[in-house]
Parts: sequence; structure tokens; C-alpha cells
Amino acid sequence: MPMSRRALLGTAAATALPILPARAQKPTLKIGVLTDLSGPYKDVAGPGAIESTRQAAEDSGLKAKGIEVEILGADHQNKADVGASVARQWFDRDGVDVILEGTNSGEALAVASVAREKNKVFLNSGAATSDLTGTQCNANTIHWVYDTYMLAHSTGGAMVKAGGDSWFFIVADYAFGHALERDTTEFVQQAGGKVLGAVRYPFPSTTDFSSFLLQAQSSGAKVLGLASTGTDGINLIKQAHEFGIPMRIAGLLVFLTDVHSIGLEVAQGLALTASYYWDLNPGTRRFADKFTKRQPGRRPTMVQAGVYSSGLHYLKVAAEMGVAQAKADGAATVARMKATPTDDDCFGRGSIRIDGRKLCPSYLFEVKKPSESRGPWDYYKLLATTPADQAFRPLAAGGCPLVKG
Amino acid sequence: MIMIFGKPLLLLYGQLTLGLINGAFYALLSLGLAVIFGLLNIINFAHGALFMLGAYVAWALLEYLDIGYWPALVLAPLIVGVFGVVLEKTLIQRLYKLDHLYGLLLTFGCALIIEGLARNEFGSSGMPYAIPEALRGPLDLGFMMLPAYRAWVVVAAAGMCLLTWLVIEKTRLGSTLRAATENAKLVQAFGVNVPRLITLTYGAGAALAAFAGVLAAPIYSVNPGMGSNFIISVFAVVVIGGMGSILGSIITGFGLGILEGLTKVYYPEASATVIFVVMVIVLLARPAGLFGKA
Amino acid sequence: MLGFTRAQAIGFVVMVAVIIIAPGVLYPVFLMKVLCFALFACAFNLLIGYVGLLSFGHAAYFGMGCYVAAWTAKNWGLSVELSILLGGLTGAGLGMVFGWLAIRRSGIYFAMITLALAQMVYFFCIQAPFTGGEDGIQQVPRPPLFGAVSLQSDMAMYWLVAGVFLLGFLLIHRIVHSPFGQVLKAIRENETRATSLGYRTDDYKWVAFVLSTFLAGIAGGTKALVFGIATLTDVHWTMHGEVVLMSLVGGLGTVFGPVVGALVLTAMENYLAEFGSWVTVTQGVIFVLCVVAFRRGLIGELGAALKLNL
Repeated sequence: MPMSRRALLGTAAATALPILPARAQKPTLKIGVLTDLSGPYKDVAGPGAIESTRQAAEDSGLKAKGIEVEILGADHQNKADVGASVARQWFDRDGVDVILEGTNSGEALAVASVAREKNKVFLNSGAATSDLTGTQCNANTIHWVYDTYMLAHSTGGAMVKAGGDSWFFIVADYAFGHALERDTTEFVQQAGGKVLGAVRYPFPSTTDFSSFLLQAQSSGAKVLGLASTGTDGINLIKQAHEFGIPMRIAGLLVFLTDVHSIGLEVAQGLALTASYYWDLNPGTRRFADKFTKRQPGRRPTMVQAGVYSSGLHYLKVAAEMGVAQAKADGAATVARMKATPTDDDCFGRGSIRIDGRKLCPSYLFEVKKPSESRGPWDYYKLLATTPADQAFRPLAAGGCPLVKG
Repeated sequence: MIMIFGKPLLLLYGQLTLGLINGAFYALLSLGLAVIFGLLNIINFAHGALFMLGAYVAWALLEYLDIGYWPALVLAPLIVGVFGVVLEKTLIQRLYKLDHLYGLLLTFGCALIIEGLARNEFGSSGMPYAIPEALRGPLDLGFMMLPAYRAWVVVAAAGMCLLTWLVIEKTRLGSTLRAATENAKLVQAFGVNVPRLITLTYGAGAALAAFAGVLAAPIYSVNPGMGSNFIISVFAVVVIGGMGSILGSIITGFGLGILEGLTKVYYPEASATVIFVVMVIVLLARPAGLFGKA
Repeated sequence: MLGFTRAQAIGFVVMVAVIIIAPGVLYPVFLMKVLCFALFACAFNLLIGYVGLLSFGHAAYFGMGCYVAAWTAKNWGLSVELSILLGGLTGAGLGMVFGWLAIRRSGIYFAMITLALAQMVYFFCIQAPFTGGEDGIQQVPRPPLFGAVSLQSDMAMYWLVAGVFLLGFLLIHRIVHSPFGQVLKAIRENETRATSLGYRTDDYKWVAFVLSTFLAGIAGGTKALVFGIATLTDVHWTMHGEVVLMSLVGGLGTVFGPVVGALVLTAMENYLAEFGSWVTVTQGVIFVLCVVAFRRGLIGELGAALKLNL
């Protein structure tokens, strides 16, 4: 390939750049956003999560204090090994200090153990598994936003109080579905409700759920609990509407973008749990407006809000304790983050527990009727709130080795 | 209540009906595969992507041009059919003299491209598509309330299968097609433009996939991965029916749909694997498939 | 030497030299991943390149190798070599059953049967309790080699992986150039003639299949211990596609092709990660380009240009 002289000079300059003397360099924090840019969670997190991180960097005001924040983004392709190798490379080679997001449970657990091995920081917002702060917790990881226990507690407990006292489950036959089914059953029974039955369908190859829906209907239960997510959840809700199943539907994990994709006509009346909704209070709206400026035509999901909130908290704490120290010791940074109360537009005031669980209230929402909605993305109305101190699994029950006693 | 193996008979009837509906999709998709395989000798891995494309074209027609379901049922297959023709002309045509596996690899690559582009353009969580006005509401079958749309799916799919079968078995065009499958050179010597025939066949197969896609749009989530979820099961259907056998793929499609429906009642955990188990058994007993010629 | 031609011997020396020098330049964890996939692709190439069988479900053996190696290392505390060996044996065991079924048909049917069987393995893995479902098996320790040599540092592990790869590579080469391998090639060229010469071709194909799945299992087991995880990615059908793509890009039926292909594809996966959504499309485009324009692959084209058998 013939190369022009200018191109040659340019390449030479580019390769020479890293060896330039460091005197001009400001203290820099490096954030890596490891997310799904090409797969099923692209809309839930994806490019929006990277934008949320940029927003967090801007809002942290670190630039004014002379601290640079550099943001890298990468696609874990929903493969745990890709996630783990990108994480290793970021920590070992690229000087990344903290990794945000991580939508896929397998990938999140893998990245968490890389972060521990390299003594860096991992702030997860997208994964559902409560093992991240349970048996597989570590001192370098914080789990933001939600987990299976919190979803089950909010949806299971609050629904029974609202009169939905008999349940039937349709469960995705894998660890995530089983965890949701088990936990929700427990809360339904605790609240005095009954579980009349459950059916497990093979994940992820099922597209037609009508057979399971009819089984659910013939059970005579009042509430249909969907222990599934993503495409399966969408298909289930669409088909339940089509068959006119006269049950209250509780989606145990449904994101705002899923509701957007189903449309209100079909999704109306669906109950679901989230810890962030853009139209909840002035703070959430403030963040949502900033987000929409960066991603026109979209509103943030709770995962994207969690990325913002966790990034902001990290930057604040790292600046407080000194950039050099924060870069050197991930576990110490995380300990400091746990000791500092969180406060941001998305989740309000909150705290982080010793096992790495970020506490925030959980909200049970109902999807609005088309007539109630004022426009695109105006989808939820609030049914019930579980306060932050009750929303998550009690510290002692998780089996996290960091919890003494 | 009459019970069969511990399940109420009425429930069973309902499940059989639902199985039939699923079978309709299997039949339509495997039919397209069989037609393409019969004449082109190519395993069309892009079939799932074409199915998805059909659903997306229907969605886009509604969204941008305000064209509803009924016209889309004709337009979307046409558009995807033309796309299929272009695909065949530009890429697939180069492979006929080569080993089968290159066709498989090429169409696999095409499927990746189509899916990836759809995901970039339309996101991953899918698009809403409503059931047409005329087909909302249930039909009372006596033993179950069947949504009218599902009934339409079975009728439309069965009709389309029958039509395809008639065209191939009973018309002059069909006999030319079958002759070309047997001996392309000879047919060409009779003055038939075989390459064009092949191109059109691929287009027709693509259109069949798209037709199934439009049928699926109102009841399944319209998302970029919707085809790849189906395609491997459909491959199994084609193997069981006997590769290239038109009638075989139709009957097997419906039959396996029903079998899968029954599994969902008695042992739901296995409902995804049952097709593959049948495939293994059939291969052991009749390697050429149920309706294939050895 | 070992049945290498002169050019291949030079190629082999170059490859070994690269393996020795590379960790000084490139990131060792990345290189380990390349080597694991290179062995996997070589195992796959043994079937497609020398017997003419396209297995479209090879991830099943690779992935089960991953799971078994990870599980035994974690729960039984087996040493590295035993875990990896068990991974390989699992691949071979599965290969015996699946191969026995699949070799009844050839060509495209064979591909689809292997695909369907692999799909069953995937469903099994997603539901079986020991795989941890979508969470996978996590935090797998790297037990010491022979119970004595610590592998905690990435470099120590790298030499082990390099050793496993070279052993596997030479084994494949040995197989291909043995009388057994000659019969395999005869089957590829003309099965009917091989049968008429008195060879029980099905038995030959079956043995080749089992050998290939054994090595795929070894590659999987090694990878599981490098990363300390085993997840559904490794049994998913996109992985079948990836290994085919590696061999295709490098050159089907060439000696070094699968290695080069594995390097190119893994590098792409790693470095394209930052471009996000274009990964799938790029892979698709490469697939199409390879089939339409470079059917011989990188090494195949190079070999053709130099008039050498690489």
C-alpha cells in the first residue's frame, strides 16, 4: 500500500504520543463501560449507558477541579469470556480504573472476579443475579439498581396486598427464572397469598406461549407471574392479550424499552417493578431530559440511570480520596464508596451495604391505558413503594463472606 | 370430565389446536427451504433472516407509508422476494458448481449481515404490530376460545402450502421445475431458461419466508432475532420430512407442531428438544427422512 | 520431520518462534485465547479439511469440555492436566455417540444433523443444574500443574497453553500423515472408490470424528481454566459458526490456516468490541467475502501464490 508522506508522519506522531513526557498530564480517571452494543440488551443499556456515563462525568464537575475523566466503551457481546478478556485487558493494559454496567449475569460474575483479582472496581447496573452480592460477592464490586430478590419482593408482596392473592407462574427454565419463581412464591405466601401452579418452558427457543397461557388460565389464579425477560416476556404479554387471558399480569422483569416495544394498547394493566422511572420526581425528570438530549427520541431505562448514578458516585468519592490513591487500590475505593452516602437525581439519597448492595426504594408500577398516557414514553403509574431498607434481601440471608457474624 | 393421562380432554383439544398453529409456521418455513433445496441444492441459512425481514417490512409499511396488514400480506413477500432475487443474482449464483457447504456458509454470512443491520437500524427490543381489526376477538370452538387471528394463521398457511404444492405438482411451470431439478442441462436444451428459473425459485422461497413473517408479526415479538430462534427447529423438520420433499415438509411441519404442543402439556421442559429427539429416531430408522427418496 | 514438507517445516518453526516471542509484545491472556481457539479450529479442520465432513455443531464438544474441566477443577480440586484431559474425554464421549448418528448421512445432511444434536446439548446445558445456567461456572481456580507447579501467573499458564496447543497440533499432523490419514483423504476424494477398495469408510469417519471432538474438548477445557469460567457462550450455536469462520478465513484443509484464522477472528472479536454493534455485520461480510472471493482462505491463497502446500 503506497503511503503519503503526511500519513507516514501522522502515524509516527501517533505512535510516539504515549512516550511524550508526562509533565503536562493531568490526573486522569479511566472509566470503561462494558455493555451490550450488538445483542438483545442493546436498548436496555448499550449506547445509552455510554452516554449516561458521559453525563455523569460532566455532572461530577471534576474537570473544573483539574481531573480528567476518560471513557471507553466496549461490547461484551453477551459472552462471558469476551467480557472477562476485555476487562482483563482494560485493567492490565489500558489503565482502566473502574468498569460500569454489565447486563448479562454470567458476564457480570466473570468481570466481578477479574476486578477482585486486579484490585480494581466493578459497578454493575444491568445484571439480575443476586449472587453478585450473595455467595459470589467481593470487596471490589457494587451492585446498583436491582436484583432478582428485589423484583420478587416488590412484585410478589405488594401485588398480594393489592388483592392479587392467587398466582400462577410461567417460568423460563434457567437459573434466572428459577430464582424469580422461588423468591416470588415465598413472598406471595408470606403475604397470605397462594401459588396455584407453575409451568416451565425451555429457554430461549420458545416463541409460542399460548399453550402455557391456557394452562395458566385453567388454573383459575388471579395473577399471572412472568418469570422471564426480554423477547420471551414481550411474546408472553402480546399473546396473553391476544388470547384475552382474564388475569392480572405481573412481569417480574420488564424494562421501559420492552413496554415501548409492546405498545400501550397491549401492555396496559401490566404490573412491573423498577427502581427508576423517568417521570417519578423532578430529579428523575432532570436526568431524563439530559439523557434525551444525548439520545434523541429515547428515555432512560433503570439500567442506564444506574450507570449514571454509580459513575457519579465513583467519581465523587475518587476525587475526595485523591485520584492517585483511588487508582492504586480498588478495594479501598469501594470501601470509601460504601462509607459515603449516595445522592443523585435518579435515585435520591441512598447508601451502599457492606456486601456491595446499593440500597434504593423499589416501585411497583402499572402500565397506563392508552387513554391515560400523555404521549410517547408516558407509560407507568405508581402503585406501591417499598422503602430502601426493606427492598433488598436482608444482609444475613445472602451468604456473602464479607458479612461477619 | 373425560381425562387422558391425567389431563382433561378439553384442555388437550385446545393444545392440539395450538400445536397445529405452530405447525403452520413450521410448514411454511420448511416448505420454502425444501423448494430452494430441491432446485438450488442450497441449504438456505438466511431463511430465518428473510422471515424476520418479512415482519419488519410489514412493520415499516405501516409505520412509514400507512399501509395496513392486508396489503402488507401481499407486498412484503413481493419486496422480500425481489430482495431474494437480487441476493441470488449477486451472490448465491456463483456457488452452484461448488460443494453444498459453501452455500450454507454464504447464506449463514448473509443471515448475520441482515440481522446485524436490522439491530443497528431498529434496535434490539423489537417493534409493536397490532392484530388487524377484522380478526380481533375470539372464536368459540366449543372446547376452547380461539383468537380469530390464530384461526386465520392456520387457514392462510394451509392455503399457501396447498397452493405451492399445486403449482409444483400440477402445473406446466411446476413440471418444468421438477424436470430442471432432475436434469438441468436437458431442460435447457429444450429451450427453457434454467438460470432464470432458478433465480425465480429462490425469490419464491424468500417470499414464502416473508409471508410467514407477516403472519407472525402480530403475535410474536418483531425483533431482529426472531428468525434465528425458529430456523434450527425448521432445519430439523426438513431433515425429518426428507430433504427437498415438498409434501414431506408440509406434513411434517404440521405433525411436529402438534407433537410439540402435546409435549408442552405433559412435559413442558422438553418441548424444545422433542423435535430433535424425533429427528434422531427418524434418522436411525429411515435415513432419508419420512418422505425422502433414499 | 513428522511428515512435514520443507515449506511446512519452515512454517512450523516460524509458528513456534512467534509463540515464544509473542507474549513479550502482545497481551498473554489474549494470546492464550487465540491458542485455545487455534486448537479448536485445527480439530474442526481435521474433519472438514481431511475427511470432507462439515460439522456444524462443534461447539457442543468444545463447550462440554469447558464445563467438565471447570467443574472438576472447582469441585474436585483436580490438577490442571487431569481437568483438561477429562474435558477432552467428555468431548470424545459425546463425539462417539453423535458421530455414530451423524456419519449415517453425508454432505449437507451431516451438517444439519450435527447442528441439531448440538442444539440438544445447548438445551441440556441451560437446564442442567451443574452448569449454573446462564450464570455459568464462575471463579474456577487454576490448580497447579501435576499438583506442584503453580500456574497463578499468566505467563506460567501461557507456556502450558502453548504446550497443549503444540501437542494437539502435532498430533493432528501425525494423524493426517499416517496411513489412517491417507484413507481419510481417499474418503474425502471419492468415498465410493474407498469403499470398493475394501475400506469400511464409516468406521474411518467415526474414528476421525471422535479424534476431532476429543481435541475440541481439550481446547475447551484449556480455555475454561485460562479464564476461570465456563458459560453458555461456549455451547451456543454462534460458536459453531465462529469455528467454521476461523477455518474458512485461514483456509480449509491447510495446515496452518486454522491457526491464522483463529488469530484473525479472535483479534477482531477483541478489537471490534469497541465498535459495538458492527461486530455481527463485519463477521457476516467476512463470511460472504471468503466464500465468494477467497475460497482458499488466507493461507490457502498464500500457498497457491507461492506454489507451496502450507
